[in-house]
Amino acid sequence: MTARHEDLDRCSQALYEARRSGVPIPPLTHEFPDWGVAEGYAVQQGLVERLIADGERIVGYKLGLTSTPMQELLGVDQPDFSPIFASGVLSDGAELSVGDFIAPRVEAEIAVVLADDLHGPDCTSGHVARATRGLTSAIEIVDSRIADWQITIADTVADLASGGAIVLGSQAVALTAIDPRLIGMVFTRNGQLVATGAGAAALGNPLAAVAWLANTLHPHGGYLPAGSVVMTGALHAMKPISPGETWTGEFDRLGPVSLSVTE
Amino acid sequence: MTLMSSLPVDALAERLITSARNRTATTPLTDDHPDLDIATAYTIQDAVVSARQAQGAVVAGAKLGLTSAAKQQQMNVDSPLYGWLTDDMLIDTGADLQCERYIQPRCEPEIAFLLGRDIAGQDVSAAHVIAATELVFPAIDVLDSRFSGYKFALPDVVADNSSCAGYALGGQGTSPVGIDLRLVGCAFYKNGQLIASASGAAVLGHPAASVAWLVRELAVRGRGLRAGQVVLAGSMTEAIAVSPGDTVTSRIDRLGSITLACV
Repeated sequence: MTARHEDLDRCSQALYEARRSGVPIPPLTHEFPDWGVAEGYAVQQGLVERLIADGERIVGYKLGLTSTPMQELLGVDQPDFSPIFASGVLSDGAELSVGDFIAPRVEAEIAVVLADDLHGPDCTSGHVARATRGLTSAIEIVDSRIADWQITIADTVADLASGGAIVLGSQAVALTAIDPRLIGMVFTRNGQLVATGAGAAALGNPLAAVAWLANTLHPHGGYLPAGSVVMTGALHAMKPISPGETWTGEFDRLGPVSLSVTE
Repeated sequence: MTLMSSLPVDALAERLITSARNRTATTPLTDDHPDLDIATAYTIQDAVVSARQAQGAVVAGAKLGLTSAAKQQQMNVDSPLYGWLTDDMLIDTGADLQCERYIQPRCEPEIAFLLGRDIAGQDVSAAHVIAATELVFPAIDVLDSRFSGYKFALPDVVADNSSCAGYALGGQGTSPVGIDLRLVGCAFYKNGQLIASASGAAVLGHPAASVAWLVRELAVRGRGLRAGQVVLAGSMTEAIAVSPGDTVTSRIDRLGSITLACV
């Protein structure tokens, strides 16, 4: 990575301001076309530091690009991730105002809630299973502070992996005798079927997605502390939302999670 | 019947029978007969199935196609279609998919219903289907269009017995009692790579609703389904092409799995 610190910092600030103003910015890669994953995380880090300085608290992580089609679309062969902040966690049945976002879309996902710390570098799905308190049905609201979602991999990584907010279901279900790959999901908008999926869509296995994250954080001194929530990745293609809609992700074994969209 | 008699039903059926027997694709019937309608297409289908029966095959059940909203939109229709399975199409548990028996085989992951009772009538619901079902199985539907490159109009595929060519059931049958087949997850793999994931709702909202549609549709023509027959309810994902050396696996939560090796 040869990017200059002042360029990275300026982009962190631009994204920070876009989040506050709700006014999107052009893709960072218009100015810096050679930026990739590394520069993206460097900008993300500057943005996270600003948000923490404002009082935000990290409560977990979201994974993105956990499906082969999405990775191919952005020309990468691995997922991406971003912290989730306490202010962006909503309860089941929450009302969500589209005015609080720029170009929000939704995805139904399985969230993993950890009971124990989880460290790389050799974390496996088995380690994740043992450290897991439970699985929770979840909806992620993704959003892009980059105008019109014109993102390359560097842009989305920098922009908190296009994270917006999350809605968590009302229960965490123990993993006992559950194959997370095969948890079925039905996603509806105002009761109409929009998409279906199963846990395997998240990097083959939602637990493998968490292991990937633990191993990826490790070289940078990071780990997943007990209590962390990990959003393991969409089980279907993301969907745009409009006021007046109620979205429900109904998960076999985990139960439903809903959100209502307002102006 | 005067409308139907204007088309050479027997000759068109013979063309499809010959195509299947010689493993040589033919051109869409609608190329020569653009006025071929769905009702006449089902008459041709009957003739195709009768020809198999004349060779000693026994009707073993039925299958549904175009059971997803996406596929119906693609074909510009608002209902599924069906075809008849004969016993010579069965790839029994543990046997391989022999590609040389087909022109251009494709596989789809489905849920199969083995009926414990006869079922017929224009008022049959999904609940009736579940009550009449003895066991459900993970299944793979082996399609083989007799039309080159699967290029066809709706009447063509109906006449072609809805591309019926082979079917295989997993090694474990499960009572449908106490299982919501709408929510069960399915992960579909080719050569170990995840192709797609879905839940049962991908099939017309509920696989049993799909079978119920078939029963009602048959009732219009004075037919029904018999105890012991198998119904493949419709694909949960896109079909994938297979060739010798491939292995396809479908895992369905609560129902088990099925793997077909292609030789």
